[in-house]
Amino acid sequence: MENILSWISLHHEMIYIVILMIFLGVEVIGRVPAVLHTPLMSGANAIHGVVIIGAIIVMGKAENDNYVALGLGFLAVILGTLNVVGGFVVTDRMLEMFKKKR
Amino acid sequence: MGISLLTVCYLIASVTFILGLKMLSNPVTARRGNLIAAGGMILAILGTIFLYEDNGERLHNYAWIFGGIFIGGIAGAFAARKVQMTAMPEMVSLFNGMGGACAALISIVEFGRLRVRPMVSGGWTSYPPLSTLGDATDGNPHMTLGLPIADVLIIMSGLIIGSVSFAGSVIAWGKLNGRIRDVTFRGQHIFNLLLLLVVLLLAGYILFSLGKDSGNMDISQLWVAINKPMPAYIHVLFYIVFFLSVLYGVCFVLPIGGADMPVVISLLNSFTGVAAACGGFLYDNKAMLTGGILVGAAGTLLTILMCKAMNRSLKNVLIGSFGSTAAGAAGGVKEQGVYKEISLSDAAMILSYARKVMIVPGYGLAVAQAQHACHELEKLLTEKGVDVKYAIHPVAGRMPGHMNVLLAEADVSYDNLLEMEQANEQFPTTDVAIVLGANDVVNPAAKSDPASPIYGMPILEAELARTCIVNKRSMKPGYAGIENELFFRPKTSMLFGDAKKVLQDLLSEIKNI
Repeated sequence: MENILSWISLHHEMIYIVILMIFLGVEVIGRVPAVLHTPLMSGANAIHGVVIIGAIIVMGKAENDNYVALGLGFLAVILGTLNVVGGFVVTDRMLEMFKKKR
Repeated sequence: MGISLLTVCYLIASVTFILGLKMLSNPVTARRGNLIAAGGMILAILGTIFLYEDNGERLHNYAWIFGGIFIGGIAGAFAARKVQMTAMPEMVSLFNGMGGACAALISIVEFGRLRVRPMVSGGWTSYPPLSTLGDATDGNPHMTLGLPIADVLIIMSGLIIGSVSFAGSVIAWGKLNGRIRDVTFRGQHIFNLLLLLVVLLLAGYILFSLGKDSGNMDISQLWVAINKPMPAYIHVLFYIVFFLSVLYGVCFVLPIGGADMPVVISLLNSFTGVAAACGGFLYDNKAMLTGGILVGAAGTLLTILMCKAMNRSLKNVLIGSFGSTAAGAAGGVKEQGVYKEISLSDAAMILSYARKVMIVPGYGLAVAQAQHACHELEKLLTEKGVDVKYAIHPVAGRMPGHMNVLLAEADVSYDNLLEMEQANEQFPTTDVAIVLGANDVVNPAAKSDPASPIYGMPILEAELARTCIVNKRSMKPGYAGIENELFFRPKTSMLFGDAKKVLQDLLSEIKNI
């Protein structure tokens, strides 16, 4: 019990962030028109590509003789980049078409 | 200095994510919002590469990192540039799956790197560097060795959520491009539930047995005292959890119909967000945490909004009772009346002598990639003095809003697209409503028949137009599996065939008049 409490107080920053972000995420897209559902989903998809940071850290910390970590980390970096780059480019392509007509 | 600069980078990145998402939900600012978020992402990535320090130690393996980014970047940009507009939804799904797989891989590597280390009060942010582990224990016999149980918990969550998202997205991708068919069997939902239960129990068991090994069964202990390396069977169990999570992802999406895939993709999108946030916890990384949770929350809301636009509940979509029970309830054959067909030349005649034509595009148009031919028809008719408008149902196409993107790609003017309410006001004064590959969104049963599974769904009232021409490939019921009485109305005539081919033939007929 004491452990959990001390853990919470030690990580209260993270917990605050999580709670605030949940509300913010809901609030920020609350009034999106149906027309934008697809691009918004695609944009959100690109933003969670931030997981690439984790992949870079894994890769950058891998010891030179740890082939499993090197291989998997390398794969993770590729997949993460695919997510980020593909996500933003696809979203931009979709929105480009909207804009031309305005 | 470097580390504080990195903190600032992450701070800026987090703000751009929030701002980007906000701007993405408004048509005017959407594109700029996307670019701003992309800029923040680049900043966060470059910052991580060059400034990240772990206990004073910089990252290495730069060649590998840049190699991976290069390959992924080229492939991602190429795929995103080349993909057909109609194939957009499955592309998004695939990219989402990549993110999920990335999160799962991070968990696998980090699990392999978990070592016993001296227990430090506080938790996972205050590790002593691994290299000093030997000294620390040798020099200090009072120090107990342990595993940070919170880390294990977070790694397991990242693994399970990431793998489910990956496998589910790949299946969704396969379903959208028609490579994978719906698979349903009796008791599927029970099976899926059991599978999920097994995954969670196994994950719990891993945590529990790590605690038991040390004679310390209290999971609430954030460090588990353990005086030997992690037993091998734990690693085996870990991979079993991984495998079963992938299997669950597959089984979770398989029974859901292709037309519901957008909702599923949106849901999996928010899953990947949460998986990314797990990484944020693991590395105490605020950018990953904000980005991940933000997408997790926004994605969940977006999923619900999409369901609402289709007048369905999320539960209904996921349990997938729509297709199966609907066919039974509506009795399929009950109302097989007589329908009349119209020839191409007659249709061409009716269209070119109408004053006002309303085009109702649907899923069939998207599948046949007939948006360009459709725009040609609109232009030709407009030249002949016909007033042509499009009636867009909120869920027309393969995804909410997808039809707008498709028609925009074909250069259809935004002013000619009518939203459902506007269109419904205009149907009574419309001479010809031409329904292209849409079915359930024009089914009058949604208004009149309380027994119908789609009862209550807002529809386009094409039946109010003076004449209605329906283009379909066959008389087969639409996605909801119910008959559409619109097709049997005296005012309605059917024009069978692939939407693109029919439109092209129609074009040449009209030109010949």
